[in-house]
Amino acid sequence: MKKIYLDHAATTPVDKKVVEAMLPYFYKHYGNASSLHSFGRKAHEALEESRKKVASLLNVKEKEIIFTAGGTESDNIAIKGIAYKNREKRYTKGPHIITSSIEHPAVLETCKHLEMQGYKIKYLPVDKHGIINIDELEKTISKNTFLITIMYANNEIGTIQPIKEIGQIARENNIIFHTDAVQAIGKTPIDPNKINVDLLSISSHKMYGPKGVGALYIREGLSIQPIIHGGGHERGIRSSTENIPGIVGLGKACELAKKRMEKDTKHIKKMRDKLIKNILEIEESYLNGHPQKRLINNAHFRFTGIEGESLLLSLDDKGIAASTGSACSSKKLQPSHVLIAIGLTPIEAHGSLRLSLGRENTQEEISYVTDVLPEIINRLRKISPLWKKQE
Amino acid sequence: MTGMYSEKVMEHFRKPKNMGKIEDADAVGTVGNPVCGDLMTIYIKIKDNKIHDIKFQTFGCAAAIATSSMITELAKGKTLDEALKITRDDVANELNGLPSIKMHCSNLAADALHKAIKNYLQKKEREK
Ligand SMILES: Cc1ncc(COP(=O)(O)O)c(C=O)c1O
Repeated sequence: MKKIYLDHAATTPVDKKVVEAMLPYFYKHYGNASSLHSFGRKAHEALEESRKKVASLLNVKEKEIIFTAGGTESDNIAIKGIAYKNREKRYTKGPHIITSSIEHPAVLETCKHLEMQGYKIKYLPVDKHGIINIDELEKTISKNTFLITIMYANNEIGTIQPIKEIGQIARENNIIFHTDAVQAIGKTPIDPNKINVDLLSISSHKMYGPKGVGALYIREGLSIQPIIHGGGHERGIRSSTENIPGIVGLGKACELAKKRMEKDTKHIKKMRDKLIKNILEIEESYLNGHPQKRLINNAHFRFTGIEGESLLLSLDDKGIAASTGSACSSKKLQPSHVLIAIGLTPIEAHGSLRLSLGRENTQEEISYVTDVLPEIINRLRKISPLWKKQE
Repeated sequence: MTGMYSEKVMEHFRKPKNMGKIEDADAVGTVGNPVCGDLMTIYIKIKDNKIHDIKFQTFGCAAAIATSSMITELAKGKTLDEALKITRDDVANELNGLPSIKMHCSNLAADALHKAIKNYLQKKEREK
């Protein structure tokens, strides 16, 4: 059976060119980038060459990029790094950190951890499309607020936040601004200088690079406290022998993203728009997230009377890989916090389906999905006690 | 992902037995928890104190649908007393096991059956 991968928000395939770029760094140029001999120098060269490529995609200086072991680590280093630097502020009236209620767990759980240490955190609500309210953000700021961390684009519903306005407010109030751009990078041009972002997290495996590598942009002059201590790699902010093959992969992925962005974006958006249009023809189907302000590759639906895991497994039987916000497919058995935050009832949240497209998808694949989905929905609705329109 | 389920669970999920509604059911039992995302309704027809016909409707994951399908097979033709003795574990065992996180939330079919039978018995009581 033909397999169709529509779960690029979970992870992407690694581009062949990326793999090719990485390979020699496993078996040929395997030196430690800190070593002085030729092996070490070769690795160090690759490290700095990759840094250049990441910096170029973001239009920032090389020294403003540090490599990490993924998006989660970048978020942790940024948020804890700034919080620990401001630890005495814990004893003042908060909020000290402002975030949103729909962040990825890499941010939310980090904030909860800081809360246990006495920091006061405000989790801003979002509207039905998943966008924070700028006025509310402004009102929430106190003189002790030192960090705003709000994601660029949401990993489930794809909603893009008004990052530029948030950056403006942060700048005016002298507050450091971090954004988790893991889902957005490579899909839209991002320049931290244009949007007043001080810290920005990216992850390689969401942009056709290998897993377990990421980067953090740290604005020049901004000082953060390391949370991983050791040999002083990456300007002392993230010690540990550099993962050169992975970093080379991320560098190559950034180079490709920059080169291909315009073409990929057009191709993917066209397929995505067709997918949304055709799927919304199914009775009682709804689009979650913002109709326009969303990632070009994200389509997120809910279907009355349908539970997501059943839908997912039925699609899987047809060779289609997708994702859901249903509790049944999560380890916590709770419906997605994002879908609850945009005002869905638990039952509605359970009936959700995320299809996230990538550069290797084709129009034919999309047509196949819109062909088989209605049958699957019909079948599950026939079993469902929540679908009243039977007989 | 299907890896977490036994072949038997997937069989019942793909081709559930006795699904649908019984319009003139003698009793109905509904259980579930919308937060977990599992809701099931069992419809029964009783004849000579036996489960003559049984159907289900379920909103839920593959485990919820498979357990519903399985309970209808286990209960059909049984006396009410026998049917009341079918446990959640019996259903799970017949399906060659369920993932442990699904045992609590999605293994509700026995509860739904018992509720339907109790509703039936109560109705009988009132009609006396
Ligand atoms: C928005 C967002 N932030 C952070 C992460 C974590 O990235 P990683 O898997 O590289 O740790 C992800 C991916 O799951 C994500 O979607």
